[in-house]
This record gives sequence, structure tokens and C-alpha cells, in this order.
Amino acid sequence: MLEVKYEKSKGLTDTKLSYCPGCAHGIVHKLVAEALVELDILDRAIAIASVGCSVFSYQFFNCDAQQAPHGRACALATGAKRVLPDNIIFTYQGDGDLASIGIAETIHAANRGENITVIFINNAIYGMTGGQMAPTSLIGQKTTTSQDGRNQPNHGNPIKISEMFATIEGVAYLERVSVYDPKHVLNAKKAIKKAFQYQKENRGFTMIEVVSTCPVNWGMTPVDAMKWAKSDMEPVFPLGIFKDKGAE
Amino acid sequence: MPKGKVTFNEELCKGCGLCVEYCPTHILYQDIKTLNKAGYNIIKVSEPDKCIGCAFCAIMCPDSVIKVEVNK
Amino acid sequence: MARVLMKGNEAIALAAIKGGVDAFYGYPITPQNEIPEYLSKHLLANGKVFLQSESEVSAINMVYGAAGAGKRVMTSSSSPGIALKQEGISYIAAAELPCVIVSVMRGGPGLGGIQPSQADYYQATRGGGNGDYQLIVYAPESIQEAVDVMKDSFNIADYYRNPVMVLVDGLIGQMMESVDFDYPVKERKLPEKDWATNGIINHPGRRNVANSLYLDPALLEQHNFKLQAKYNQIKKNETRFELVNFDNPEYVIVAYGTMARICRSAIEMLKKDGIEVGMIRPITLFPYPEKAFDQIPKKAKGILTCELSMGQMLDDVLIANNGRHKVGFFGRTGGMVPDPEEIVDAIKSFNERVVK
Repeated sequence: MLEVKYEKSKGLTDTKLSYCPGCAHGIVHKLVAEALVELDILDRAIAIASVGCSVFSYQFFNCDAQQAPHGRACALATGAKRVLPDNIIFTYQGDGDLASIGIAETIHAANRGENITVIFINNAIYGMTGGQMAPTSLIGQKTTTSQDGRNQPNHGNPIKISEMFATIEGVAYLERVSVYDPKHVLNAKKAIKKAFQYQKENRGFTMIEVVSTCPVNWGMTPVDAMKWAKSDMEPVFPLGIFKDKGAE
Repeated sequence: MPKGKVTFNEELCKGCGLCVEYCPTHILYQDIKTLNKAGYNIIKVSEPDKCIGCAFCAIMCPDSVIKVEVNK
Repeated sequence: MARVLMKGNEAIALAAIKGGVDAFYGYPITPQNEIPEYLSKHLLANGKVFLQSESEVSAINMVYGAAGAGKRVMTSSSSPGIALKQEGISYIAAAELPCVIVSVMRGGPGLGGIQPSQADYYQATRGGGNGDYQLIVYAPESIQEAVDVMKDSFNIADYYRNPVMVLVDGLIGQMMESVDFDYPVKERKLPEKDWATNGIINHPGRRNVANSLYLDPALLEQHNFKLQAKYNQIKKNETRFELVNFDNPEYVIVAYGTMARICRSAIEMLKKDGIEVGMIRPITLFPYPEKAFDQIPKKAKGILTCELSMGQMLDDVLIANNGRHKVGFFGRTGGMVPDPEEIVDAIKSFNERVVK
């Protein structure tokens, strides 16, 4: 007797994902969708899409959605959550959106302890606009706006969001995960689910930073991109739980 | 009877090959002769009998192409 | 509630509560601070939402989120702060969400000053945000009118699914007048907010999305046509103005808000000098009361546009006049507010003030 062990989540719409082949955005989309379904909160979820490759995520999550201006996702989420405290509200933002143009909105949402969940995709590059340097680009990383490689005197160091946010009182749960192999994907799902569980319990601001990939703009195959996320990104962005108020 | 069975929603496949890479029994391959409507080479199973139903392929697939069933 | 003596900003805040505001998001800036201060106390006390944001940019985007959620929501700010909100305003207009924005103008450009000004007429009616969008803009001349407009503004916003701006200057915000909060607002049959992004649980079988992105140019053009059709409806239904002393005017002043108040006094003074001057006082700046200009007698000697700016509404006056009469301009700016005598002199020296 055959039993379904894995199939496409009902938390995703039928719309084909707009991401490039092998882009880890798709993996994280699945994890968010599965978490919303398993926690039985899909029908009261509101996704806040950002600007960047995930701009179309409002078409992919099978729940209500708002499409935010660049960097403002946490402001929209705050505005909506304050008037709809019983809904589950999450943002889905890349590193340009969250760590560059939207860092003020994100920090202050965290500091207020807004009861929202932030899914932060860190792939160390601007994908949508064609591979420009991100605030999280690695030292030495060649991008279209750092063609000889990012260097500290000119560009500063890659910004470490989880380390920064770990210092903020309003943060209830904060973990950096990766999706470069099945084990890490399963762990990422656990983290995302926990973040949403905390939101359900009104514990405060939760954020999951996902060390992700951008095969096309990194100039790698999807498989090599996964390997690079492990070999080159993880040392700069170490994985782990940075804050867990539930465990304190 | 194999432990698991994988089926592909081929039209969603972008041929990224992550499933092939992470299959622990190495039974998936990219069929370079077959394209889907979007123009991607789709993935096929070389030895279905060896599928252990671990779902690693499906877990790594960004496009929810793969359905995994297991024998109970 | 009998008539009460209230400061403009506080009266506007109370009127917002009377108008049914559910949430306020804003950032401090002079000369509008009494609005958030008043609301911080009275909204929270009534179980509503008040939040001081980290910036104007953030505030308007909180408004976007709450408006998308289907609630009655507002923000208030002043000139440089409204400049920062323009991005969000464009998105809200594009996503067809209702909200109310109070703009208490001060002198500019740049950081400018904190004294009253009308130099943000372009900002309100042309917008600094991108794209073809319009706000419905009210320009009350008194605290009473500000209160009446404010109470009605949430209905208007909901009815048209469009942002409404209540545009006053620092003088109206800061002065005190007696005001009655009980004048009834116009009854409107408001459509159900079946578009609200408040969770599928509240509208089973349908995903609601608040969005302004249309990558397909054909679809984006269609969206713009739809918006334009709405703006045309607004022009047809919501244009408001007042004609003052319009029996047989020799000259016609066009002025709004604080400047209109000053011109009222000037008109009385000119009457004593034997010069009959009428006034077109736009109450809505968008839609602009172009039709009012048809009522200017053919033999009128000219139209004097009076503004607390270097001449912004002047553009709309020239368009509305369409070459029929000579148009002159009188303006003070940077926070300088003229005495009525200056308007009297401007009428008397009209020929020196002709622009076109």
C-alpha cells in the first residue's frame, strides 16, 4: 500500500515559481508553506512580499498577501499586525531588501517586539537586478558592482544580521539556517515552524535568516552553488540559534 | 517491491539537477534528450527498484516537482 | 456636544476619531505634533491603534499594511515628512487602498521653516510619488471645515478606495477656534471591503492581494485606465468650491485655506473702497473646481491668484481660465503671512501682477 510521503504543499498556489533553475528561494517557499499548513494557520496568514527576486512571492503563497515597496515589508507587517492581531503575518525578504534599504524598518519592528515573522533570504547578492553587490556579499566576492571583488576599505564588511539582531530585546526567536543539503533543509523547516509557533503564541518578533544561493548570478551550477553556500558563506555566516526566549 | 516511488510533475521541472545530486542511491539522471515545454531537460529514474523513499530528491527540489510515495 | 474651543490640530485629531479611525501611524514633525499627541492618548484609551514609527517612510508603509487589512487608517505629517511619504502614497494609490493623510504645510524647500505655508500644493496635487495617480485633496479654510472634511474623509477614501489628503497649513493647525463636531456627514452607501487582505478565513475560496506590480505593460496600462476612470468619477462627483461675493465682481480672487481667510477680509476692505471683488475658494484641490471659472463675468478685469507660495495653484488657475481673463499672482512664502492690506494693494495694482 502506497502512502504519500512528500508532495507539493497546499500552502503554495499552482502558479509556477518565477525563480531561476536551482534557486533556493523555491526550497524556502516550500518550507514556509508547509509550516503554515502544519500549524493550521494558512487561512489567517498574510504574506508580505518584498522587492527583489521574491517580489512575486505574493503569487506563490496560498494565502492573502501584500506587496511592499523596497525595504518596507516590516512596516507593512507592523501596520497590518497591529490592526489584525489574530492573523499570522510574515515578511519574505532578501538581503538587499532587508539588510540594506530596509534595515531601519526591520530593526525597529524587532525592537518593538512586533509579533511578526521575518523570513530573511541571504544569498550575498542582488539577484533580480542582475548580480550587484549586496550588503552581505563576501570579501573578495565578484559582483557586477564589485568587479574586482568586494574589499573592506571600499565597501565595508558583509553585514551580519543575525548577530546584530541577537542584541535586540524584542526578538523572541532568531536562527540562521541553510538549505544546502536535505539535513539542513529539514532543520530550516523546524526553525521556520518554531518561528510561526512563537507568533501564534504572541511571543514577539521572530526571524529566520536562511543562507541561500543564487546560482545564476554567482555563475555556478545549482549544485556548485549549494557547495559554495557551505564552503564560503557558512564560515562568514555561521549557522545556529542566536536567540530563543522560549529556552531562556 | 521497492520501498519508495517517485513521480515527477515534469512541466514544473527546471532541470536544475539538485534531486540528482542529493539522491543517496544515485538512481536519478537528467535525460538530455527530453525537454519539457519550458525547454528544460527533465529528470528520470534509472532504477526505480532501488528507490528507498527517503524523499531527499523532493526535499531539495525548489519547484515542488516530485511526489514521493512509500510502501507501508 | 456643544461648540468647543479647540486648537486646529487637536480638532482634526478628534474629528478623525469621530470619523471612525481605527489606527494612526506617524512620526513627529512641527507644526502637526498635536495630532499624534492627541491621538496617542485617545486612540489607545479606546482600544484603537496608535504607533509612533521610526520614520515617515515607515509610517506611510504601516498605513499601507493596515489599509490593506481593511481598516480605517491615517497618518499626519508636514512638508518634508510628506515628501518622505510620497513613495508609500504612490503604492497605496496604485493598490487602490483607502487611507487619510493630513498634511500641515510649513515653509520650504528643504528643511525650510516651521511657519505656515502653501508651498506644497504641487506635492499634494501632483505628487512626488511616481506614476499617474491622484489623491483626493481637501483644503479647508477653518477649523470647522477641517473637522467636517476630516470626519467625512474616511467615507470618501473607502468609497473610492483611494487615499484622501486633508491639506492645511501651520496656521490652521496651530490656531484655536470654536468648533462643532456634530454636523452630520453625507450618507454614502459604502461598498463592502471584500478586497481586504485579512486572511482567507474571512473570505473563503479567494486569495486577496494588495499589489501595485504589473510587469506586463498591457496590463499596467489597463490598470491605469481603470484608475483614470475612477479619477474621472471623482472629478464628476466630488469637486467642491465656494463662491464669495460673486454678484458682479470687477476682479476675482482665487485662494484656498488660510489665504482665503485673509482674502475674505481684503474683499470687505475693497468693498468699502468701492471695488467689488469676488473669490473662488477651491475646497477640493483635486478635483480642481475648473467649472467655477465659467461663472466669472465676461467683463471682469482679471483674476488674482493668491497663495502662500511662489505660485503653484497658479498653474491650475491658468488651465481653468483657459485664456479668458488676465491672470495675476500675489504670493508670500517661507512662512510669511500677509495682512489683508497687501491683498488690497495687490488688487489695486493688478496690472503690475499679471502673469498671463
